[in-house]
Amino acid sequence: MFSEAISPTPFLALVPWIVFAPVAGLLINLIFGKYLGEKGVGAVASLATGSAFVVALLQAYSVSIHPEAQTLHLLDWIHIGDLAIDWTFRVDSLSATMMLVVSGVGTLIHIYAIGYMHEDVRFKNDVGRFTRFFVYLNMFIAAMMILVSGNSYMMLFVGWEGVGLCSFLLIGFWYEMDILARPSWANSDAAKKAFIVNRVGDFGFLIAAFLFFWFFHSTDFDKIFPQVADIWKTSPWVITAITLSILVGVTGKSAQLPLYIWLPDAMAGPTPVSALIHAATMVTAGVYLVTRSAPVFNISPNTQMIVATVGALTALFAATIAVGQYDIKKVLAYSTISQLGFMVAAVGLGAYPAGMFHLITHAFFKALLFLSAGSVILGMERGHHHLAHGHGHDDSHSKKKAKDKHNGHHDAHTASHEEAHSTEHEEVFDPGDMRNMGGLRTKMPVTFWLYMIGTIALAGLPPFAGFWSKDEILLDASKHSPFVYWLLTAAAFLTAFYMGRQVWMVFFGKPRHEVAEHAEESPLVMTIPLMVLAALSILGGGLNLPFEGFHNLTMWLGHTLGEVEGEPLNLTVAGISTVLALIAIGLSYVLYLRKPLEAGQPDPLKKFLGPIFVGMENKWWVDEIYGFTVVRLLEGSAHFLAQNLDWDFWHEWFHDGVLLRSFVGFTRFLADPIDRGVIDGVSYFLSDMIKDSSESLRKLQNGFVRSYALSVLVGVVVIVGYLLLK
Amino acid sequence: MTPINLYIILSAILFILGAVGVLIRRNALVIFMSIELMLNAANLAFVAFARLYQNLHGQIFVFFIMTVAAAEVAVGLALIVAIFKSKHSIDVDQLNSLKG
Repeated sequence: MFSEAISPTPFLALVPWIVFAPVAGLLINLIFGKYLGEKGVGAVASLATGSAFVVALLQAYSVSIHPEAQTLHLLDWIHIGDLAIDWTFRVDSLSATMMLVVSGVGTLIHIYAIGYMHEDVRFKNDVGRFTRFFVYLNMFIAAMMILVSGNSYMMLFVGWEGVGLCSFLLIGFWYEMDILARPSWANSDAAKKAFIVNRVGDFGFLIAAFLFFWFFHSTDFDKIFPQVADIWKTSPWVITAITLSILVGVTGKSAQLPLYIWLPDAMAGPTPVSALIHAATMVTAGVYLVTRSAPVFNISPNTQMIVATVGALTALFAATIAVGQYDIKKVLAYSTISQLGFMVAAVGLGAYPAGMFHLITHAFFKALLFLSAGSVILGMERGHHHLAHGHGHDDSHSKKKAKDKHNGHHDAHTASHEEAHSTEHEEVFDPGDMRNMGGLRTKMPVTFWLYMIGTIALAGLPPFAGFWSKDEILLDASKHSPFVYWLLTAAAFLTAFYMGRQVWMVFFGKPRHEVAEHAEESPLVMTIPLMVLAALSILGGGLNLPFEGFHNLTMWLGHTLGEVEGEPLNLTVAGISTVLALIAIGLSYVLYLRKPLEAGQPDPLKKFLGPIFVGMENKWWVDEIYGFTVVRLLEGSAHFLAQNLDWDFWHEWFHDGVLLRSFVGFTRFLADPIDRGVIDGVSYFLSDMIKDSSESLRKLQNGFVRSYALSVLVGVVVIVGYLLLK
Repeated sequence: MTPINLYIILSAILFILGAVGVLIRRNALVIFMSIELMLNAANLAFVAFARLYQNLHGQIFVFFIMTVAAAEVAVGLALIVAIFKSKHSIDVDQLNSLKG
C-alpha cells in the first residue's frame, strides 16, 4: 500500500509544537503585547492555540492510520543512576483525544475571551491586564499539553503542576478585589485556597510517582505497565498504595470528596477561566490520570471500588449543593464537581471509554454553559452600567464612561468619585446573583438559546451529547455496582432539577431587578464560539453512539486501553434516567415558573425541604467544618510553631539567650583583656616611648646656631680624642 | 731653623681662638672672621708640615683652602647681606625661625 511506503506516522515530528505553539504565543504577547493592541493580542493567543489544535488533528490522523502508541524523545531531563526521566511525547488514541479536546475547546474559549476580557478589563478598570490574561491562558494550554502528551508520570506531573500554577494565577487574576470588584483580598484568598488544597492532592500524586520509581525503577508508562502483574503477585500492597495515592491526587485536581472545596471558590477567576480550566480541561486531568493508569487500576479491584464510590458520592453530594445556590457560576461549579464525580465513578468502574466520553461531552456543554453564564453576567453588567449613567441610550460602551464608573466602583473607599454617583447605584450590585435576574430570555435571545442547549445536554435529555455519555456511565454502573448506579441516578435527577431551576430563574419570569430589565446581548466574538460549542453539545453524542457499528470512541480508545466490547443501548437504564430528568425539570417548572419568583422572595424549595434546603444553601457547612478542624488545627499548630517554637524558644531563648549572650561574653573577653590589654598595651607602650624620647630630643633643636657649633666641636673633639687614645 | 713644635702650637692657638670666637660671638661677621682664623690655622699647619717633610702636597692644599675660603666668603657675605636686609640684624641668636 502507498501509506506503508512513507513513514507510518508522518506527523509525529510535529508533536512538540503542541506545546511550543502556545509557548510561542505567550512569548510574543509577553514581549510585543503592548504594541499589538487587544485584537492583536487576542489573535496571537487564539492562533497559537489554534495551531496546537491543528497539530492535534494531525496527530489524531496519524493515530487513525497507525493505532499503536508512538513516542518522540525530545530531550533528556534527569539522569541520576538508575533514574532516567526524559521529556518524551506519547501519541496514542488517548493522548490524541485529550489534545483535541484541550486545544479545540481552548481555541473557542480564547476567541470568546477576546470579547469577554475586552469588557471585563474596562468594568474592572485595568485595561493593561488584557495581555496578561492571554499570556496566562496560553501558558495554561502549554502546561495542559505537557500533561496529556507526557510519556512518564514525571512529565505528567510537570504539566499537572503547570496547570495548577496557571489555575492559581487566573483565579487570582483580579487579585486586589473580590468577585464584585470591591477592594479586598477575597480573590487572592480563593487562589491560595485552590493552590493549597491542590497541594494536598499533589502530595498523593508525588507519593505514587515515588512508589513507581522505587518498585518499578522507572516512571515511564511503557516500562511500568508490563511489570504491573508481577508486582501485584509479589507485593499487592504496592499497587494498592500507588492507586490510592493516585486517588488522592485525583480528588485534589478533579475536585472530588473531600478535596473539592477549592473549585467553587475558583469561580473568582474570569469566566473564560472557569470554563476552560475549572470545567472543561484542567479538572479532568484526574480522570485522564486514572484512565492513563488503567493497567494499574484494573489489577486492583478494591481501589477501583473506592474510586467509583468516591466519584459517585461526590456526584450526589455536589448536586445537592448545586440545588441551593443562587450564584449562576456557583451552580455550574457544583454541577462541574458533580459531573466530574460521574467521570471518576466511570473510570473507577473500569469503564474508561465511558469516562472519557463524558469528559469530552462535558467539556463541550459545560464550557458552553460557563461561557453563556459569562455572557449573562456581562449582559447584567451592561444593564447596570446603562442604569448608572442615566437612561440615555448608550449601548456602545465608551471607554471613558466605563472607566469613570469603575473608578468609582473600585476606589469607593477613597470617596474621590462618590459625588458622581447616586447612592442607589453605589451599593454593590451582584451581576451573577440569579435572584437579581429573571426574564432575560427576551433581553439576550442568543445567549438564552445557547444556554438552553447546554442545559438540555447537561440534564441528559436525548439526543443531546450529555444523554449518551451519562447513559453509558449509568449503564456500566448498573452492571457493576447497584450502589454506585443509584447514587449516580439520584445525582442525574438533581442535575436536571438544578439546571431547570437555574434556567427558570435566569431567563423566564419577570426581571427581579431593574438591572435585568436593561440587560444587553453580547457581541458576536463571544456568541460565535458559543454556537460552535452548542453544535458540539448537540452532536457530540455521535462520537460514541451505543448502536451496532458505532461505538467509535470505544474502539478508538480501545487501541490504547485494550479492546472493549461496546455496549448496546439499554432501554431500561436510558428510560429511567430520561424519565427522571423530565420529572426533575417538571418539578422545577412547578416550583419556579408556575408562580415565578418575586424579588426578595425566599426560594420556594425552602418550604418543602426546610432544614435540608438550609444545608444545601450553606453547602452543608463543609467549609466551616474544614475551618473548625483542618484550618483551626493548622492555625493552632502554626501559632504554636510561630509563637512558642520560633519566637519563644528559638528567637528568645536560643538566639537572644544562648547565642547572643555567649557571643557578647566572648567578644567582651576579646575586647577587654585581649584587645585593650595586650594589643593596645604594646602599641601604646611603643608610641609613648617614641613620644617621650622625641620630646627629650627636640630640646636639642634650640635654634641657637652657636650651640649647634658647640655640639659639632664637642663631637669632633670626642671622635678625635677617641681615635687618638684607642 | 724654628722647630715644628712652635708652628703647630701657634696653629693650635689660632684654631682655638677661631673656635672660641665662633662659639661665643653673636655677630655673624665676627663668626665669619673666626672661621677664617680656623682655616688659616689649618693652612699654617699644612705649610709647616710641608716644609718638615719637604713635600709640596701641603702647599697645594693651602691653595685649595684659600680658594674655598674665598668662595665661602663670597657666599657667606651675600647671605649676611640678605639676612640683614630682612631682619635688620646680623645677630645669629635672632635667627631661630626653624627652631622646633
